[in-house]
Amino acid sequence: MKIIYCPVNGPRPLQEFRFGGEVRLMPDPDGSSDEQWADYVFNRSGEPGIKREWWYHIASGTWFVAERNTVTDEFIRTYLYEDQPDDG
Amino acid sequence: MKINLMMDRRLPPQPNELIDRDQPVTFRFEGHVLTGYCGDTLSSALYANGVRMMGRSFKYHRPRSIYSMAGHDANVIVEDVGGHRTNLRGDGLLIEPGLDVLAVNTSGSLARDRMQITERFGAMMPVGFYYKAFHTPRSLFPIYERMMRKAAGLGRINPNGVALNTPKEYDFCELLVIGAGPAGLCAAVGAAEQGVDVLLVDDQPRPGGSFNWQLMHGDAVQHMRKLLADIRRHQNITVRLGTQAAGCYSDSWVALVDDQRLTKLRAQAVVFATGCYEQPAVFANNDLPGIMLASAAQRLIHLYAIKPFDRAVVLTANDDGYRSALDLSGAGVEVAAVLDLRSNPQPTKLSTRLVDSGVKLLLGHSIYEAEPTRGKQGVQRVVACPVDSEGHGDLSCATVFECDGVAVSVGWTPASGLVSQAGGSFRYASENEQLVPDSLPGNCFTAGRINGVFDLPDQLADGTRAGKMAAAYLGKFSGELGKPVDHNGPAFSHPYPIVVNGRKKSFVDLDEDLHLKDFVNAHQEGYDSIELLKRYTTVGMGPSQGKLANMNAVRILAKLNGRSIAQTGTTTSRPFHQPVALSHLAGRRFTPVRRTPLHAWHEETGAVWMHAGDWLRPDYYRINGQDRDGCILGEAENVRQNVGMIDVSTLGKVHVWGSEAAAFLERIYTGRYARQAKGRLRYVLACDETGVIIEDGVAARLADQHFYVTTTSSGADAFYQEMQRWQILWGMNIVLSNVTGQMVAMNIAGPRARQVLADLTDIDVSADAFGYLGVFHGTVAEVSAIVMRVGFVGELGYEIHVPASQGLYLWQKIMQAGGRHGIRPFGMEAQRLLRLEKGHLIVSQDTDALTTPYEANCSWAIGRDKSFYVGQRSLQVLQNQSQERVLTGLRFDDGFVGSLPKESHLIFDGPQIVGRVTSIAPRTTLGYPIALAFVRPESNIAGEPVMIRLDDGSMIKATVTTPSFYDSENSRQE
Repeated sequence: MKIIYCPVNGPRPLQEFRFGGEVRLMPDPDGSSDEQWADYVFNRSGEPGIKREWWYHIASGTWFVAERNTVTDEFIRTYLYEDQPDDG
Repeated sequence: MKINLMMDRRLPPQPNELIDRDQPVTFRFEGHVLTGYCGDTLSSALYANGVRMMGRSFKYHRPRSIYSMAGHDANVIVEDVGGHRTNLRGDGLLIEPGLDVLAVNTSGSLARDRMQITERFGAMMPVGFYYKAFHTPRSLFPIYERMMRKAAGLGRINPNGVALNTPKEYDFCELLVIGAGPAGLCAAVGAAEQGVDVLLVDDQPRPGGSFNWQLMHGDAVQHMRKLLADIRRHQNITVRLGTQAAGCYSDSWVALVDDQRLTKLRAQAVVFATGCYEQPAVFANNDLPGIMLASAAQRLIHLYAIKPFDRAVVLTANDDGYRSALDLSGAGVEVAAVLDLRSNPQPTKLSTRLVDSGVKLLLGHSIYEAEPTRGKQGVQRVVACPVDSEGHGDLSCATVFECDGVAVSVGWTPASGLVSQAGGSFRYASENEQLVPDSLPGNCFTAGRINGVFDLPDQLADGTRAGKMAAAYLGKFSGELGKPVDHNGPAFSHPYPIVVNGRKKSFVDLDEDLHLKDFVNAHQEGYDSIELLKRYTTVGMGPSQGKLANMNAVRILAKLNGRSIAQTGTTTSRPFHQPVALSHLAGRRFTPVRRTPLHAWHEETGAVWMHAGDWLRPDYYRINGQDRDGCILGEAENVRQNVGMIDVSTLGKVHVWGSEAAAFLERIYTGRYARQAKGRLRYVLACDETGVIIEDGVAARLADQHFYVTTTSSGADAFYQEMQRWQILWGMNIVLSNVTGQMVAMNIAGPRARQVLADLTDIDVSADAFGYLGVFHGTVAEVSAIVMRVGFVGELGYEIHVPASQGLYLWQKIMQAGGRHGIRPFGMEAQRLLRLEKGHLIVSQDTDALTTPYEANCSWAIGRDKSFYVGQRSLQVLQNQSQERVLTGLRFDDGFVGSLPKESHLIFDGPQIVGRVTSIAPRTTLGYPIALAFVRPESNIAGEPVMIRLDDGSMIKATVTTPSFYDSENSRQE
């Protein structure tokens, strides 16, 4: 069972967390075509690699961002959304 | 079976023997009463009694016996007579008084197994036989299936068995050392000396590993004594014996299994000193009872004080074979010959000693074939001859040796399973002719033979170094690690310990009865990659999971492909590394349940419970002499005529504070809230980004910068999480607080609700002062409360929210005060009925994962001229598309009798499916059954009939109607 580092609560077991999907930026709703918008709401990238993902620590109600290698299932780093590093 | 009970193969007491000669143990095997000693395994006790045949092979039902004695012999698998314990390995099962076991996979008995006949048809059953033979004609497949199921299993399960509950334990440690052999002991001591807390586990009953049965000569004994004393001396080393590390999972989470329990252990660092498995040699009839690994013979001698053979041939390719030949001599076994696969090995101390003792040594030789005794229950002689590197023997120079046993020591393969599971990888080291660790996770270390290190001083140094490396990883050591230990000297494994014999079976996988020819055939059919070969032949898929078969399979495939072992690769190792009883894994059923603070009151009042998400809620309240439907209808009628009260504490409840509170709600929900007046309530509807309805509820504006929002019961947690995420993304100036569990909520509904409340509250509840969708913060029965005028059930209604601690008090006060007005509690079913009569939808009951507000008649809840809300952009697209379906009402005839549709039953127009039922109420306060349903827009014509198909295929008629069945003018809730 994995250990995930919650930026607020430190290392906690996987069962205390919920996966929240990839961090994706919403395109400008007014400036995008129907096709671009449909692509945003319906399509997800299944490409393996290092992804930025939403994770939620259920017990404390904390959303944070995890950079995870989906090939090796390795958590590279985690941080609060607003604390995104410059290179992130 | 003939058992010569006079035959006793016990040796005089041995220094490391595990048996207690003062404690004889009587047990039964295949109905025969036998005696061994406490400490014996089933296999050793049988062997000591002269029993050679202990099992039948999987496919050909050939007699089999001890092969490894290392706990993974698939040859000797038994089950207890009651069928309560299955899949027991003879070389791991300790005998105890009362033990009564049978060999598995026999038809009749072990001695007279009717399935022996399968061997005669062996030529007709090549690998892949099942796939090719049993698919046509299709009509016969049920018969084939029964036959194959019977033939394919090992053992029987007692379907009436008692469920066993075994304890589960959580534990943690700084450093886990797996394997208490020479390297593991050194690693534990090396780390403990630096102050690391160490847990040392070993599957054997005694620490020491190969010190106990192989490395027990010269100064090895002193090393072992010192190490065991060091282990005892260090307070920070805990030892668990008889404990398997059965699987390794993410982040060094290790499953430890002993007789009693499963321990879920979290280690900060792990040293794998798991050692090696000795590997078989492949030659004709290499599976006969009496042919075993040299390490098995040594275990019999030293651990169980058993003389393995009377006259033996030793087949070797390394120094370990010479040591075992000397051990056999020491135990009184006549060694007829030692055959060394190597043509010109460098002489060693052991080989010199052996030659000096007069034992015949043949270099560059192997066994061409072993000849069975009559009945094939043992070996009577072997044919030896020179063999080239391709496995071809030169029979012109053959020598025959009479013998009753063969000890095989041609190579070792690392016990790599756990390391692979932990994320390590292995490479083939041609200087060792074995796999060695290539890369390891940062907190994992390996030591000893798994690294290809075989000489005792090297093993000790390698173990100490691994312990120090683990200590350094844990931040407790910063000194010099010293140079890595390299294996020097000749390889301990032979690159191709395989001899080709065209006529007789030469077994590669004893578990699955696969012989050399099966591999040649599979390769000819195109299965030339190891993973494909594994699946086609099933090599390595038997009970020992390829511990004794995979390496030779790789060597054979490499040879067939003309490629190197490195290019051929290996198969994937998965947990469990050793079989684990299901009772160790089965957990207790654990379903978390949430109860509202009014639970006990409901219980006392006869509530019949139902699960609603995590919550337990009253379905209805039982009344003697009435059935379920009658109770529900009674509760509903009382709401329509008098007044009822329902516990709605399960609703999600969220405070939204801040200067942008209204703006936040406008972005989250479809409606408008900026100009919502203080003290007013509005319906809220939320969509996801695709425009699908996900939530509804109400928002009460308690102050300019303060809203109190409710959500559905089942969606409360998920929706609150979404609110939090949007808040982070939008960075708005608000604070969210989920008070779902902190507040009790109750809904008083019915024409007399106002009178009930008027007696208890300081709020002016007159229709003028407190109209529909009004909100007041005041006291009810002196409890501080938020009171909201709602209309979910279609009557005059008040929803009262109070702190959880006051909930029961207030509920009882209202029940008391309402007594003279005829107040009664009502449950979930009555509420569902009442709202259905009113035509109110329930999100996720009457909507699905694709339902838009347009389909659900909720366009009115969408605010116009809004700059943004979640789902808006998608709804703009959908608005311009033609609608596929719409939520509408159906009614059945007055006084309808017979079967009614259920939720999700399909609606037809002729042969066309035009919709489905989403909610149905068979008995209503209206006098006829009603339903909500999705139908195609062209079928949504009020007054027109539609047909609904029931479970039994029959069709019944219903009439389309507007969904507000009751009080469509909304006069009663105003």
